[in-house]
Amino acid sequence: MLAFILRRLAQAVVVMLTVAFVAFMLFQFVGDPVTNMLGQDATQEQRDALRRDLGLDEPFVVQFGTFVANAARGEFGMSLRQGQKVSTLILERLPATLELSLIAAILALALGIPAGVYAALRRQRRSAQVLMGLSLLGVSLPTFLIGIFLILFFAVLLNWLPSFGRGETVALGRWSTGMLTVDGWKHLILPSITLCVYQLALIMRLVRAEMLEVLRTDFIKFARARGLTNRAVYYGHALKNTLVPVMTITGLQLGGLIAFAIITETVFQWPGMGFLFIQAVQFADIPVMAAYLCLISLIFVVINLVVDLLYFAVDPRLRAERGGH
Amino acid sequence: MDSPVPSDAAAAEPGALARFLDGDVWHSFRRSPVAIVSSVLVLLCVAAALFAPWLAPHDPFDLATLELSDARLPPSWLAEGSPKYLLGTDDQGRDILSALMYGARISLFVALAAVLLSVVLGVALGLLSGFVGGRIDGFIMRVCDVMLSFPAILVALLIDGAGRAMFPDAHEMLAFAVLILAIALTGWVKYARTVRGSTMVERQKEYVQAARVIGVGSGRIMRRHVLPNVLGPVLVLATIDVAQAVIIEATLSFLGVGVPPTSPSLGTLIRIGNDFLFSGEWWITVWPGIMLMVLALSVNLLGDWLRDALNPRLQ
Repeated sequence: MLAFILRRLAQAVVVMLTVAFVAFMLFQFVGDPVTNMLGQDATQEQRDALRRDLGLDEPFVVQFGTFVANAARGEFGMSLRQGQKVSTLILERLPATLELSLIAAILALALGIPAGVYAALRRQRRSAQVLMGLSLLGVSLPTFLIGIFLILFFAVLLNWLPSFGRGETVALGRWSTGMLTVDGWKHLILPSITLCVYQLALIMRLVRAEMLEVLRTDFIKFARARGLTNRAVYYGHALKNTLVPVMTITGLQLGGLIAFAIITETVFQWPGMGFLFIQAVQFADIPVMAAYLCLISLIFVVINLVVDLLYFAVDPRLRAERGGH
Repeated sequence: MDSPVPSDAAAAEPGALARFLDGDVWHSFRRSPVAIVSSVLVLLCVAAALFAPWLAPHDPFDLATLELSDARLPPSWLAEGSPKYLLGTDDQGRDILSALMYGARISLFVALAAVLLSVVLGVALGLLSGFVGGRIDGFIMRVCDVMLSFPAILVALLIDGAGRAMFPDAHEMLAFAVLILAIALTGWVKYARTVRGSTMVERQKEYVQAARVIGVGSGRIMRRHVLPNVLGPVLVLATIDVAQAVIIEATLSFLGVGVPPTSPSLGTLIRIGNDFLFSGEWWITVWPGIMLMVLALSVNLLGDWLRDALNPRLQ
């Protein structure tokens, strides 16, 4: 168990270092910062002095070490486009992305699991087949197209809901929230539906497949033979056993929400991190790109690690198998 | 752009077509309305894309024929529509139907090139991994694990972003290359895993040992003996992957980091039309959107059907 955790941790560190290296290499391609800062007329002495001050005369490995140390503290320098510190920019945008992802995650789970259970238990019914058809549509449609069609119907044609921005926000210290105003909630509806569709469809299909698998096993037959009610068999035994794989994959998928938020945020001009990143890519704003790259990788690595550990905690078979070695 | 594989196979082996028509796959195809409808739709899209220069009623890239007085005309059956433009025109007076055909051409080209590249990459690495084993295998599989823990679209976006940062004033060819590479680098993992698995099985079989005994080198055994036997599942995966690649390409182009604006794909057309959604010109966005939907969904359905039809466990 401990060896497993250590191996996973080591792997996570290697991944983060690789990502940091890619981010570091990005900076090497933007040209010489000394020339940019001093202009063409500076003397060689001035250049050398600045080069020393910035640590650019150090060997490559030392420079990379400095970059990693700064990155670990959240320091990525100034945004080239907006002239602000990257950490400030990202912290400003973080609440918007997290709130959007949170609502989408809740929607996906709260609708996806019951829909999947229903589709498995009543799979001969027309309504269950319609649900499955819709879920196929949900996993095949590109996110941005869903967003555009929602805007077209609910914002342009029906004029019910707003289609861009966060609306009215309230500042709670450094956290600006849209969840305390009616306007903020209205602005959340379309983006969070857009963001959750793919995950919702995926969770539903997964729960259905797992349920069908479990319902075929012997212990379910045995539970029936004991004369348990349908309710107890379905929810007490079957659903409980499907939750292990569902939890693992769902955990990973919810990490995906933060990534998919890039698309949703662009469609709805939602002022989150993803929108910031896309603008940074378009303007080759390297410090922002590097920071986002590192942050999103960190989120994913942490989620993967937690899911791995959860898997251990939940599934006793895995522990026994590993312990036997 | 069409797949030369079936026709080549038919030419090489006399009677291959007859055998195919008599086989399980064809029978399952004829009994599945979903497969028939979706393959017709895919064929329509591919034909429209392939023959766009001859079929399209207008040339959307020929600036001389564009007339600004024709800009933003609705589809021809609406009151202000013109019979010249069946699906209407965009803000520069381009015929939407023609732009769709040329756009599908670019979308499909990028998607097929990316899938082809990722198949080549994935099969090569999978073969190597499964055949050689040891440290190389361990390393390649760790890389696969890491790649799989990130969503494909995010990886493509990050690679594309990094590529753009490295070549800020990339000209057209380079932009295409970066995009195709970004999509291909996200897709190779599943091929590598599949091929690795079947290579490890094939490696143990007698024909491989026989080849070894008569002194055939490892490289040649991998290429000539093992490769043909592990390609089957790869083709099914690749079919489904085309839909995925089309969607990733469209998404990146929609986000403005995909194909260069001089050669608009379906995603670019949707992006352009998105600006006119609020002024009531829905058709500029909706038609490319529907085209993309139809394309992605029908390739997906076709792939699903193919997987079931070729899977002996389900029969």
